[in-house]
Amino acid sequence: MDDGRISRHGSGARLWLAGGWLLLALLAAIFAPLVAPQDPLAQDLMFERLPPFWMSGAEPGFWLGTDSLGRDLLSRLIFGARIAFIVAFAAALAACLVGSTLGLVAGYFGGWADRIISRIVDVWMAFPPVLFAILLVAVLGTGLSSVIIAIAVIDWTRFCRVIRAETMGQARMDYVENARIAGYGRIGIMLREVLPNVVPSIVALLSLEMGIAVIVEAILSFVNLSISTDDPTWGGIIAEGRLSIHQAWWVLVFPLVTLILTVLSFSQFGEGLKARFDPVLR
Amino acid sequence: MNASCLNIANLSAVLPNGARVLRSVSLSVQPGEVRALVGESGAGKTMIGKAVLGVLPPSVRIVEGDMLLEGEDLGRLQPKARRTLIGARTALIPQDPLTALNPSRRIGPQMTDRLVRILGWSGQGADARIRQLLDEVQIRDPDRVLKCYPHELSGGMRQRVLIAAAFAAEPRLIVADEPTTALDVTVQKQILRLIAQLQREHGTAILFVTHDLGVVAKISQKVSVLYAGKVVEEAETAALFAAPQHPYTRALMAATPRYTDPFASLKPVDDAVLAGLAAEIAAADQAWRRPHG
Ligand SMILES: Nc1ncnc2c1ncn2[C@@H]1O[C@H](COP(=O)(O)OP(=O)(O)OP(=O)(O)O)[C@@H](O)[C@H]1O
Ligand SMILES: [Mg+2]
Repeated sequence: MDDGRISRHGSGARLWLAGGWLLLALLAAIFAPLVAPQDPLAQDLMFERLPPFWMSGAEPGFWLGTDSLGRDLLSRLIFGARIAFIVAFAAALAACLVGSTLGLVAGYFGGWADRIISRIVDVWMAFPPVLFAILLVAVLGTGLSSVIIAIAVIDWTRFCRVIRAETMGQARMDYVENARIAGYGRIGIMLREVLPNVVPSIVALLSLEMGIAVIVEAILSFVNLSISTDDPTWGGIIAEGRLSIHQAWWVLVFPLVTLILTVLSFSQFGEGLKARFDPVLR
Repeated sequence: MNASCLNIANLSAVLPNGARVLRSVSLSVQPGEVRALVGESGAGKTMIGKAVLGVLPPSVRIVEGDMLLEGEDLGRLQPKARRTLIGARTALIPQDPLTALNPSRRIGPQMTDRLVRILGWSGQGADARIRQLLDEVQIRDPDRVLKCYPHELSGGMRQRVLIAAAFAAEPRLIVADEPTTALDVTVQKQILRLIAQLQREHGTAILFVTHDLGVVAKISQKVSVLYAGKVVEEAETAALFAAPQHPYTRALMAATPRYTDPFASLKPVDDAVLAGLAAEIAAADQAWRRPHG
């Protein structure tokens, strides 16, 4: 089958490109103090709004230029990656755990379990997510953990809906009935027979959700509701860049590009992994 | 004293709207015997199989009748005991060999798992047993097959795997639900021959669901003809083909292509027969409703 081969190649390239960028960003985040060329908080009014390295007026050591307080943009982006990744992993994992579990139960057991869980999801999704997040953080107070909790609390429904539908599809298959006839218990079938078949979707969603968490964190930082304003965050840098767009476009453009690349990479990486994981697609 | 392997007596099942899908079905399968269950699509053949195996869809409710598996009344057992009994004594050879295997698990673990976890075999014992059965279903490269995912095998190979799995734990009764329908014609014959051969060698009773009278003639000793959830005729296979009693059975035979003369004109079941059947069903429902409100 030619089609299969082509799409597999496509997914391979996607997987490696997206994975490469994510790995780079992750390593930079972990080793930020070692790789950042400057102190991300150091202000120097002599060096304010330096342009990136290829433009005239650039200074060595300030690769992507500086912001209006003279802070090195590259270093701030690298340190901002730390918060982005912490939020991405923690929030996505929490949302995944809650949502996938409920989705699996609703999809496999059906009946009243499904009715209750689906109703909760419906009510939940009636709230506009960004407003919901802002509201939650306002209630919980700003800080890293409230951002994580807010994202998990809002986005578990994404996992729940998708995994419920996938599980229902699997539960109708004959192999599940066969397992019943053989004498396996319901929970055993759910975990051993059905769950492995929805894992590829869980993985894809998890990666997608990490990207979404990065965006939401950026939005919250942008409206100044994320963590303390001292630590650089991508959203915070974008917010500052917006104010000096005419004098120093790079302060806005570089964090935006970084954000978009990261979010896209997360979603592409997830899709690629799903294709890789799935024995039927493989 | 009841020596039947399976004995179904007066089994009726209804849908939520009150319509009967099974109409006082009675049939029995003796140990080591193949009982064919034949009828057109929607007659309720699969329902009977599912009822026996305890996997009726939740919307279908048994309202009357008994099912005895080796003398044990399935209706009287606690759910857990029933599951254990069914799991130990029965197996299914399904219609669609693709969806009957778990797509994300390799064939080997998928087959041994049941022996080990449910029936308490040792891992080695289960592995040896599975290999023996794969040999019996004429799979020549068991090492490769055991490592495959289901989608990596052809339909015929998958069905061989499922037949091996069905016989592996020496069940007393196998329900074979149109086991060759999803396969192409050349493979159908091989699979049918395999089932017949393993059935003889293992002495397993089979409830063989099919809509193909040609298959009935080849494999079974007894036949039940089902129409709209009602057994309209039951006989020894040879007797049925020699002298079909019910007009519907005769019509079914006239509608079956013969290998000897495939171009002979096939007659659809004619209107008089259908009208007779409708009257028969209505009368049965009338008689049934009286005591059941
Ligand atoms: N899940 C279900 N809920 C309610 N009714 C069902 C369900 N599945 C099947 N039925 C109905 O029960 C009747 C018997 O269906 P069954 O599947 O047993 O037929 P069958 O004889 O096996 O036909 P086929 O040869 O097409 O497999 C049909 O009229 C069908 O519409
Ligand atoms: Mg059927």
